[in-house]
Amino acid sequence: MKSLILNTTTQPIIASRRSFMGTAGMLSAGAVALLAGKDSLAQAMGGDMSKDAAILNVALGLEHEAINAYQLGAMSGLLQKPVLDIAVSFQSHHKGHRDALIATIQKMGGTPVAEKKIDEYAKALKADTLKNQGDVLDLAARLELGAINAYLGVIPAFGSKDLAKIAGRLAADETMHYSILTNALGRPLPAGALTFGA
Amino acid sequence: MRSHNYRTAIISSLLMAASCAIAQSNTTTVGSALKGKEIYDARCSACHSVDANRVGPMHLSVLGRKAGGVKSYRYSDALNKSKVVWTRENLLSWLKNPEELIPGQRMGYAMDLAEDRLDVVAYLATLK
Repeated sequence: MKSLILNTTTQPIIASRRSFMGTAGMLSAGAVALLAGKDSLAQAMGGDMSKDAAILNVALGLEHEAINAYQLGAMSGLLQKPVLDIAVSFQSHHKGHRDALIATIQKMGGTPVAEKKIDEYAKALKADTLKNQGDVLDLAARLELGAINAYLGVIPAFGSKDLAKIAGRLAADETMHYSILTNALGRPLPAGALTFGA
Repeated sequence: MRSHNYRTAIISSLLMAASCAIAQSNTTTVGSALKGKEIYDARCSACHSVDANRVGPMHLSVLGRKAGGVKSYRYSDALNKSKVVWTRENLLSWLKNPEELIPGQRMGYAMDLAEDRLDVVAYLATLK
């Protein structure tokens, strides 16, 4: 936890728009090992693997959207440093999730859902309504909160306990993002316990 | 006189109990659209929007629509072939267990609490 926070706030991250597009390769390897590196995963999984792959494909759709949402935020020119650096870092996490999910879906014999064009994400997310940094952070926070609840919500649907655990780990990353975004927006953290995944 | 008061008290109690039961019945069969929107924003909006297709299809005018009925959205084969129409009852069943209602669908999420399902369906019904 500490190292993650340090990574997002103190380590130098080159945050040009070009680098925003190109961090996936650098950052995905570790995340891929979470899922795809476990060669025994596919063999060990019982139950209906096609169903699990379908759920992972929905998750992949969420990751594609999150990557493009952060991209739209960066391209908008509305994000200032150090917020832009943190957004770059969060986008790289989502790219890591994406790569890991693609590798796992393929290992399970599924076909990963394709990324749409950025214009389609822009339209669906109403990117033209983003007028300032707060708007971008608000959009990101809403998407991260949705992703947390989605990942926690699908855990009972997995036939594989390994995949259920992975959904929990993905949700943990999104929760970290949501917490920091909420803080950056100056909003209070949830007052009560157990607010996620109800 | 005492007997009359006693009878009146009993009748009043029964009427009060009946009105409470009716009120409770209404909230448990209709739900709160306001609460439903809060739940929708927190739990459904990762994949869905009211007026845009995202990971899942848009929900505008979902009540009364045929399953798989948004032409601009790419559904699973299961949804495309389904004859289900999104009535309140079918929406409640879907949220409770999508796979049971339409086997082969792609939504892995289910809503555990009946009250939450009622609230969300009450909200969905307002999206016209």
